[in-house]
Amino acid sequence: MITLSNIKKTYNKGAVQALNDISFSVEKGELFGLIGPDGAGKTSLFRILTTLLLPDAGQASVDGYDVIKDYRHIRNRVGYMPGRFSLYQDLTVEENLNFFATVFDTTIKENYDLIKDIYQQIEPFKDRRAGKLSGGMKQKLALSCALIHKPSVLFLDEPTTGVDVVSRKEFWAMLKKLKQEGITILVSTPYMDEANLCDRIALVQKGDILSIDKPAAIVSSFPGELYAVRAAGTHRLLQDVRNYQGTSTCFAFGDALHVTFKNAGSQPLLEYLHTKGHADATIEKIQPTIEDCFIHLLK
Amino acid sequence: MRTLFFLLEKEFRQIMRNKGIVRLLIIAPVIQLILLPLAADYSVKNISIAVVDNDHSTASQRLIGKITSSGYFKLTGYTGSYTAALSMVEQEKADLALQIPAHFEKDLVRENSQKLYVAINAIEGTKANLGGAYLSSIITDFNDQLRVDWHTTGTATTSDAPQITVAASNWYNPYMDFHLYIVPAILVTLVTTLAAMQTAFNIVQEKESGTIEQINVTPLKKHIFIIGKLVPFLVLGIILFTLGLLVGWLFYGIVPVGSFWVLYISLVDYLFAMLGLGLLLATYSTTQMQAMSLSFFFINIFNMMSGAFTAVDSMPGWARAIVQTFPPSHFIRIMRMVVLKGSGLSDILYDLGAMALIGLVLNGWAILNYRKTA
Repeated sequence: MITLSNIKKTYNKGAVQALNDISFSVEKGELFGLIGPDGAGKTSLFRILTTLLLPDAGQASVDGYDVIKDYRHIRNRVGYMPGRFSLYQDLTVEENLNFFATVFDTTIKENYDLIKDIYQQIEPFKDRRAGKLSGGMKQKLALSCALIHKPSVLFLDEPTTGVDVVSRKEFWAMLKKLKQEGITILVSTPYMDEANLCDRIALVQKGDILSIDKPAAIVSSFPGELYAVRAAGTHRLLQDVRNYQGTSTCFAFGDALHVTFKNAGSQPLLEYLHTKGHADATIEKIQPTIEDCFIHLLK
Repeated sequence: MRTLFFLLEKEFRQIMRNKGIVRLLIIAPVIQLILLPLAADYSVKNISIAVVDNDHSTASQRLIGKITSSGYFKLTGYTGSYTAALSMVEQEKADLALQIPAHFEKDLVRENSQKLYVAINAIEGTKANLGGAYLSSIITDFNDQLRVDWHTTGTATTSDAPQITVAASNWYNPYMDFHLYIVPAILVTLVTTLAAMQTAFNIVQEKESGTIEQINVTPLKKHIFIIGKLVPFLVLGIILFTLGLLVGWLFYGIVPVGSFWVLYISLVDYLFAMLGLGLLLATYSTTQMQAMSLSFFFINIFNMMSGAFTAVDSMPGWARAIVQTFPPSHFIRIMRMVVLKGSGLSDILYDLGAMALIGLVLNGWAILNYRKTA
């Protein structure tokens, strides 16, 4: 459905490497996540696939159409929701939706079924200007506008950034439904917890793909065992654990430290910490998360 | 076609919804058109004059009376010393100092000639220039009157020498009414600002808000999008121009001598060129700030160099050649020819053609550049 092979993109005449030889493919009806921090190259990738940007090298196709040669066909069958809210703030909800329907030579009525679940939530405010909507409602309107022409592929660039937790949950539930309609979805997010909701994810960093797999497979590929270390005075604890010679990696995660060891065994560290004055230190074995895998791969 | 219609509906809706813009586009130009011609009046009045009268004779009194009764001059000082008058000029209390020498009347009668001295404060060029010219013409007139007086009383015989008098009549503007000349030009500058600046701002705004990206991923064709952007400002330009003609009629009594059709055909030609400029500026700017700086640069040059306030013919040759590429210079000429003289289409073909050519170049350039960047 979406294929990329050896896509390269640089900015400022080669000074900034945005995408470094990216290749992967997304199957029809798949919910595919691009996970990575700001500046990883996610938006550049979206702009190439939505025919807004030309790659320096490599080939890419969407729904069987080449992004350079057949860009007109692609524009007819993809929906794009950019990271920033980019609908007309001075038009009302209904006028925005109507406008995008007309631009795609269709009507709201024709594809109402597809957007019904989402649009019904903002329909009571259909005469309100888009600029006056709350963040979550803006996001629903943007999704409705991206869906109004019944696209076969949906590109969502950080759709949940700056949206509250409840709206984020609702949004992912909507994506699940759209997936059932057979729409291929490529979504990017900086939130690791959303990664588990995708069928497959690609971990991206500085224009490179670190890993592509199902979330569960990525988690299970985590080498070794992971432990969470807790004690009062986290800062001093971090120093002490890092100085311990048996520690392989150690990162702070909220109130705990996630630690891996060179030679298996957490007991010696606990004893070591007791001698260092951390009388309340506890260690437990935990399941690694996507974030642990990501940090591990970055290393 | 349905898409274009819908696009236009959307643009108009957005423009009308922005109350600030409507005020800015319609009310502000009308106020400017009412106020600016009052300020941009070249006939200078209220020139302050200080007179140094060293003679205190009937002749000197008659001369001073003649100067003050002309209506152009205000007698702000009457002293006996030249230094006192000059210090008045220095303190900006007087624009001119006129020195009448001692024995003015006696020498005039005896020697049949006399000299007057005029000192002019040239800091304000126009006022000084015109003030000096008015004063010399009043003195010449005074001189002629003296000759007539003496001739009829028979005290002088030299005035029988032949004289040439020049009678000038001002065609198309018989009373040299300055408003007739400046109002059409100011109207052109207002239409210029609307067409070039607002078009550029409108398009750049879509860039700033990211909506142009959203439009670019749709199958909407570029030329439809561009036409959808230009037509509303063409319509607004025509509305503003019509309002301007109304203001000219109501406030200054100006009724175009020529046909309205000729005026409006020229207007559309002119708007085509200026909308092209706005479009071009928009393709080179990414923020409204940039678009504003760029368009100010052009509009300032247009206003000062297109013959609205100063004659193009008095510029050096290279500058005149550059001015030929400015659409406003052509439209101002057309406006004056049609409004004052009643010229028809055949008289303004050169200017119409020039504007159309410039319009084609600007629009073509803008479309090429738009394709490359988007």
